[in-house]
Amino acid sequence: MPEPTKIVTQHFGNEAAKTLDGYERSGGYRALRKAIQTHPATLTDEVKKSALRGRGGAGFSTGMKWGFIPKDAKTVYLVVNADEGEPGTFKDRWLIYWDPHLLIEGSIISARAIGASHIFVYVRGELVREYGVLSRAVEQAYARGYLGKSVLGTGWSCDMVVHRGAGAYICGEETAMLNSLEGKRGWPRLKPPFPAVKGLFGQPTIVNNVETLMNVPYIVEHGAEAFANLGCKGNGGLRILCVSGHVERPGIYELPMGVPLLQVIERDCGGMLHGRKLKGVIPGGSSMPILLADECDVPMDFDSLMTWPKIRPVESRPGVPFELAPGRPLRTMGGSGGVVVMDETTDMVAVCARIMRFYAHESCGQCTPCREGTGWMARVCTRLAEGQGRPGDLELLDSIAVGIAGNTICPLGEAAAWPMMAFLTKFREEFAARIPKAA
Amino acid sequence: MPLELSPSAREKLRAIVARYPDKMAACLPALHLAQQEFGTTSVEACNAVATELALPPAHVWGVATFYTMYNKQAVGKYHVQVCTNVSCMLRGGYEVLRRLENVLGLRAGETTADKKFTLSEVECLASCGTAVCIQVNEEYSESMDPAKAERLIEELRRA
Repeated sequence: MPEPTKIVTQHFGNEAAKTLDGYERSGGYRALRKAIQTHPATLTDEVKKSALRGRGGAGFSTGMKWGFIPKDAKTVYLVVNADEGEPGTFKDRWLIYWDPHLLIEGSIISARAIGASHIFVYVRGELVREYGVLSRAVEQAYARGYLGKSVLGTGWSCDMVVHRGAGAYICGEETAMLNSLEGKRGWPRLKPPFPAVKGLFGQPTIVNNVETLMNVPYIVEHGAEAFANLGCKGNGGLRILCVSGHVERPGIYELPMGVPLLQVIERDCGGMLHGRKLKGVIPGGSSMPILLADECDVPMDFDSLMTWPKIRPVESRPGVPFELAPGRPLRTMGGSGGVVVMDETTDMVAVCARIMRFYAHESCGQCTPCREGTGWMARVCTRLAEGQGRPGDLELLDSIAVGIAGNTICPLGEAAAWPMMAFLTKFREEFAARIPKAA
Repeated sequence: MPLELSPSAREKLRAIVARYPDKMAACLPALHLAQQEFGTTSVEACNAVATELALPPAHVWGVATFYTMYNKQAVGKYHVQVCTNVSCMLRGGYEVLRRLENVLGLRAGETTADKKFTLSEVECLASCGTAVCIQVNEEYSESMDPAKAERLIEELRRA
């Protein structure tokens, strides 16, 4: 059997490829040489055709996002989102550590495509080691003419600045990230205007995820079709699944889009820890609705996770599906690729309470429904987890979650409300059992 | 007492400011620098940053208090940060935290009397595949369990 294709994880474990010389020897910066001879609009078209979709959470078409930059824009910025913080997601740290030059090359090509001459990489504050690795790699890229006043002698200038965050989950949200980069509190902005029109320092800006950008050199080198064919319909390429929790071999797995979730657990991860039974899986980071064991044959691409008929719709209260749009019930989503596996011993109320405390801690405080609602859900969930629930608590949680979803500036509201609704939909009995019966 | 950045820190800050089209953008890096310099981002440290960047002191303090990595109060020599978020919780994050509370004789959020250790419960460190994760100052220790965590503290005590 041929070795399965790897793109962004191909250099994992390869010390030599971390250096610029090693990276060049393995074919590095060849795609940039090709891209620089290509018209920027052609690059954007290629990426559109490749069906590359954002790996940060929303799964939006990368090429289409690039296309939103106004044609007459003068100063354009590319911001690289390396502020990974979604619980269950742990790829950026290793991607930057093992292959900093692939990120740099992908970023330069993407900057070229959108007409940007300035790239800012926003690295999560805790990733001190990776900040150092990437900063040194950027210096090397400057020294060899891949960055600077005249990239590869073409006269086109491109600068790259590595910027460190300081501990705030919300800064992974693109408009909060822009405010943070400008030296402010990470408060999300109202959209519109979208960053592509008015972003960093008031200029048109594209914010892309690390993994997304690292796939761009492959598309340039091998063509849109080759990339699209690695995945499934409308979901080009491979995708990293970060698997954690109760499996024998947790870790980072770069797999074709559309691989069935159960197969990932059984084949790639060596099955359930200690051979225990599967109880539930969060398929895309802690903000995505949890799946029951019998829903886990779902293919892991963005579209299937939203539409797989076997996945029971999330309810806003018993019997009432929560709809994203009329006729479009919320099932789950691919999110950031963080797959959290839970076995039969897991206390789902305690897990839900922990997730709610996280969102309460990370709410930026700007919008009332989120600021007040996340703390409220955390308090009610925590008392349920401690067996101190009160009559009416489940209905109270239903109503708080519905009161948050759709009523906030940024998606952190949904990120808290959706898992709350999903845990209640799928494990309601477990929650009810935590309310002491009246004596 | 008013604080001032050292000449070398000031030099570094000048280089940082030059990377951005706007001085305010240097606020986060400047606060990292101030924390290295003063061990904290106290009001006095924030005022020093405000002076350097010609920003209103209230802006800098507002930024410092927004981000968890800026220590508004000084922490111990070793800041032991245990992740208890969902993936670490599933692999024993709370057991690790409880063990360290016992070993250090304090509750999460406190500092030992000799100022050597501060113990904190923190949110996801993006190291879920190697849970439980502990960050000590700038370094990660992964695949921790209560016994390994206790040994880590013993090593730091001897260091």
